[in-house]
Amino acid sequence: MAQVVLSYELAQQYTGGQTHLEVDAKDFRALVKALDGRYPGLGPELGVGLAVAIDGEIFQEPFLEPIQPSSEVYFLPAIEGG
Amino acid sequence: MAEEAPKLRVVGTRPIRPDGVDKVTGRATFGADFTLPGMLFGKVSHSPYAHARIRSIDTSRAAAVPGVKAVITGSDLPEITREEAFVGEAPMNFRDLSQNVLARDKVLYDGHAVAAVCASSVAAAEEAISLIDVSYEVLPHVVEVRDAMAEDAPILHEHIRTKGVDPKPETPSNVVSRVEFALGDVEAGFRQADTVVEREFTTQAVHQGYIEPHACVASISPDGMATVWCSSQGQFMVRAYCAKLLGTEISRIRVIPAEIGGGFGGKTVVYLEPLALALAKKSGRPVKMVMTREEVFRATGPTSSAVLRVKVGAKSSGAITAAEMTLMYGAGAFPGSPVQLGCMTGFAPYDLENVKAVGYDVVLNRPKAAAYRAPGAPMAAFGVEAVLDELAETLGIEPLELRAKNAAKEGTKAAYGPKFRRIGYRETLEAAKSHSHLQVPLGPNQGRGIASGFWFNIGGQSSAAVHVNEDGTVLVVSPNPDIGGSRASMAIMAAEVLGVEVEKVKPIVADTASIAYSDLTGGSRVTFAVGMAVVQAARDVVEQLRARAAKLWDIEPDAVVWDGGEARPSSSNAGDFSPLSLADIAAKAARTGGPISGKANINASGAGPGFGTHICDVEVDPETGRVTVLRYTAIQDVGRAIHPSYVEGQLQGGAAQGIGWALNEEYIYDDSGRLQNPGFLDYRVPVASDLPMIDAVLVEVPNPTHPYGVRGVGEVPIVPPLAAVANAVGRATGVRCFDLPISPPRLLHALEERRSEAAD
Repeated sequence: MAQVVLSYELAQQYTGGQTHLEVDAKDFRALVKALDGRYPGLGPELGVGLAVAIDGEIFQEPFLEPIQPSSEVYFLPAIEGG
Repeated sequence: MAEEAPKLRVVGTRPIRPDGVDKVTGRATFGADFTLPGMLFGKVSHSPYAHARIRSIDTSRAAAVPGVKAVITGSDLPEITREEAFVGEAPMNFRDLSQNVLARDKVLYDGHAVAAVCASSVAAAEEAISLIDVSYEVLPHVVEVRDAMAEDAPILHEHIRTKGVDPKPETPSNVVSRVEFALGDVEAGFRQADTVVEREFTTQAVHQGYIEPHACVASISPDGMATVWCSSQGQFMVRAYCAKLLGTEISRIRVIPAEIGGGFGGKTVVYLEPLALALAKKSGRPVKMVMTREEVFRATGPTSSAVLRVKVGAKSSGAITAAEMTLMYGAGAFPGSPVQLGCMTGFAPYDLENVKAVGYDVVLNRPKAAAYRAPGAPMAAFGVEAVLDELAETLGIEPLELRAKNAAKEGTKAAYGPKFRRIGYRETLEAAKSHSHLQVPLGPNQGRGIASGFWFNIGGQSSAAVHVNEDGTVLVVSPNPDIGGSRASMAIMAAEVLGVEVEKVKPIVADTASIAYSDLTGGSRVTFAVGMAVVQAARDVVEQLRARAAKLWDIEPDAVVWDGGEARPSSSNAGDFSPLSLADIAAKAARTGGPISGKANINASGAGPGFGTHICDVEVDPETGRVTVLRYTAIQDVGRAIHPSYVEGQLQGGAAQGIGWALNEEYIYDDSGRLQNPGFLDYRVPVASDLPMIDAVLVEVPNPTHPYGVRGVGEVPIVPPLAAVANAVGRATGVRCFDLPISPPRLLHALEERRSEAAD
């Protein structure tokens, strides 16, 4: 099962404060769908203003990126630069 | 230290920059250089108050000035009543952007735009501006972070309720949000420590200081098709933001990028362009708008001012057991400081089991903050690296050794969560340890400071096209303004793939109608992400060249190789043919299928993070408090330097800006919240005579996700200098300064306080 880490803010709002979750999904789209199913309303929040690190690689707007059973997925603030 | 480089022919060389001659001879055209027939001149009326309600605006006297063709106020822009995310690197709050570009019911800082006019001459426009009658109800204001967070602070926005706190507040606040990042158990970690150092720091808002003020020319045809010529960090950003702010379709605006005289993040947003378009529409004529330097300071975003607390505990061996920081960043008049990025980056160079960072985004009556080179990171690094220096001194450990003991490496869980892939932080520490800078002896009143820093670097949506001209020369078309040498790097990478001389490859930056979309120039992404697109486009061209040669030779494409800029049969079995050059194949392009052109449109991922370690020597004049930088070395893991001169320039430029941030730069407000130093005379940036040559050391630990190993380099170099300088001053004087800038009056005061204490 992939290990998923949400921000404190999203966890407070949707998961009762639980930041670390386990999700079974083959790609990012399936992961978001699974989380939204478990915590209704969370899905749309995961597509807005966030960067996602999958096994250490940061993606802006991932969609079909593969997720492995051993993957670590971090939802991070969008990283703007200067 | 550096990995063995593959044999590359052009990558890593230093050809003459393609834009150099035009720039040094004055031929290059910047945003202020464009003129059109019938063009008018636009000017902006700015609020003289830090915080006031607008009771009314009467523009009748302004409109009556001879030569004035149009006047606009906030009511001329569509009302955007809710936050929206749209395009770009990060979501943009268009309601706030619209209100920043032209105030609605309130002005929120000295300099906030309230109206704009266009006229047949600059003089007429300026006269008209002076005749715009605004009736204000002046309100109490607040310009300091701590004051803005106080219970009784004047409130800027009645709708703001602090997010990220529990229970949800019901009363308005200037604290927009609270964010938190944590690993492990910091309390337990501090209990294990032999030594704990905890300090509070302040840094000031500093401006990006680009030498070119904002400027644009806008023109709209009667059917509503608009063209904007401007310098910016992203013509697609300008197009999208203007479309949104003016309520029009993206396809109705074409943005043509001018050369840019510096951006550093400050030109990743719009100020004048929507106003120029609105004035052009209302007047029916093209409109040019150019900011003065005073307007740049009063009305465009600096970075955030900050208050921070940092606490680090370590064993006597130097192993860090816990690290904690609280950051409070000023966002300016509207929400959106880079405090989250500060929380994520401050401890990132270190392998920590127990770490916690809490951040607060705070609004106050100053210009809306804009990105500035590694947004949020320099302030956080200042606090962290200063505490580490004090820890090193207390424990009797060399600063580099302390960092090496705790350095992040491949597989380390970053302080913000994910595990690092291949990174080069340790390599920068090793390079610092062996650098001759450390062997230079120090004299009286001299001190040496060391600090490290981190930046993520990003990828993002990027496009490129590579066209083979009829004579075999090559055009590389990319969509990103060149603010640091990227176009030269595009030419180098294309030349490397094609196997031709770089002088045969011409790079251009195209407008929004001539190349596919690309995210803006920023985040140290262009050489990495757009470079990746260029390489893919060039490889596409190579495949086409093989196929064309195969047609000419009447053999299978698989039997053709591209090598050294030529098509050759893969073996003698394929046939006995003389090689065909690009020029040979291009000359016969019509016969073999038409023009030869490759393209790539990608969303690049895999940007490798960057780390830097800086060494700074200073001498302090104990009578005046003046700090002189004697020598400075900036060491950075750059992945692979496509054009090393440009990369060195990025390290030197970032270091110079960080030194200015540490020693002199700050916004000075009077009691009424008016900015007192909106010019380079009194807002003191380092100039060439202030600094020694900065030694830039390029450590190459290639990023495995890029064809040539590129990592972004532009932002890391501004992160370490604040602490490098402060640590050097501390070691030179025995007095550590926790408040920036360490300007002569402040340092002198600190030295005199220490003398008084000693006398007591």
